[in-house]
Amino acid sequence: MDGFVETPAGPVPRVITALSFRDRAGAAKTRLGIGRYEYKVVPGLYCAGIPGPEAPVLVTANYKLTFDALRKELGGLDAWILAADTRGINVWCAAGKGLFSTEEVVRRIERSRLAEVVSRRELILPQLSATGVAAHQVKRGCGFRVLYGPVRAADIPAFVRAGNAADDAMRTVTFTLWERAVLVPVEILLLRKPLAAAVFAILLLSGIGPGFFSPEAVLTRGIPAVCTTLLAILSGTVAVPLFLPRLPWREFWIGGALAGILTGMATTWLFHGRVSLWESLALVLWSAALASYLAMNFTGSTPYTSPSGVEKEMRRAIPVQAAGGVLAAVLWIAGPFMG
Amino acid sequence: MKDFRYIEGVATLRLNAAKCIGCGMCETVCPHRIFLVRKKKAAIGDLDACMECGACARNCPADAITVTPGVGCAAYIISAWIHQFTGTGGTRCC
Repeated sequence: MDGFVETPAGPVPRVITALSFRDRAGAAKTRLGIGRYEYKVVPGLYCAGIPGPEAPVLVTANYKLTFDALRKELGGLDAWILAADTRGINVWCAAGKGLFSTEEVVRRIERSRLAEVVSRRELILPQLSATGVAAHQVKRGCGFRVLYGPVRAADIPAFVRAGNAADDAMRTVTFTLWERAVLVPVEILLLRKPLAAAVFAILLLSGIGPGFFSPEAVLTRGIPAVCTTLLAILSGTVAVPLFLPRLPWREFWIGGALAGILTGMATTWLFHGRVSLWESLALVLWSAALASYLAMNFTGSTPYTSPSGVEKEMRRAIPVQAAGGVLAAVLWIAGPFMG
Repeated sequence: MKDFRYIEGVATLRLNAAKCIGCGMCETVCPHRIFLVRKKKAAIGDLDACMECGACARNCPADAITVTPGVGCAAYIISAWIHQFTGTGGTRCC
């Protein structure tokens, strides 16, 4: 913020169009999943530059990562910014959940008294909010005409300069290597708790042997199994997302399973001599099942997987993953008895 | 998005050409550019690129488009299955 602009509806805070160190640190923390659900701005009207009553109105979500992505593109532009209350969720997800909705846009326009501030009855909404907002119903609800702007905030200056026109590229979602890479940390960090439980279970299972329970085997067998688990997590949550366009299989669980088999074979090779043939088989199966499941979960982060497709893939994948996991556990427990 | 293709023949998107008024809203909002409007009528070009986000159906003023919209997310679908099974409501995702 750097001051206020006086309007008939009261002073409107003006945002700075450059990101500070604190903004960047906040973004990094959010990408690591720290305080992700509480990274919000107060819903309402803001502005950039010195907007008059004729200036464009850009509507956005109140997730601070989203709000910052918008304001950093507005250097040199005079515009009103209306932050809808999406409970700190980004535009597309909030639209899909019904938070970035027709009702919310109409309500926010009324609460902010936007009609007193601007003379034009026109709003620019992010294209991806169209999943939750019906343009014709906003018009009916408050008299403002909705124009769908580009998918990405970075294209807004070009959109406005072109007289509110977007070309095909501005209207198409992308999923570049960078866009995939920024999703990886949070995917891994969300696994902290299940991972701790899995490590505990693995160490417990590893101790079981002919002598009932061997604290020594907890380490000699446990370490290879834990290493296999960590590598399987990396193959499902890092390798599959990064290599996604290079994978020849459309179904995520297949790519994940094959990546898991590769890393599982790598760990058994690393520990060869310390794990038996049966135990190696158990590790590779476990690795494949786990990586396959995690890769399948990445469907939730992509901008192109349809729910019908995901459900179809899950009906095939889950029985195979479950069978692989159970068989792996059986082989792992039976391993020491099959000298 | 040419590099990213998903499972084919599953999209639930349907367009009723008789109801279509050719306003072009579906063409505007689709993030995968699958609609084409010619001679005041919309047509579905690349059905298998549809991710069922529902933007077109919601913004169609003539109710000419139907799709079963949803979140293409395995974790969400699993929690929905569990809730269906146990009869409890409320899911939290992404």
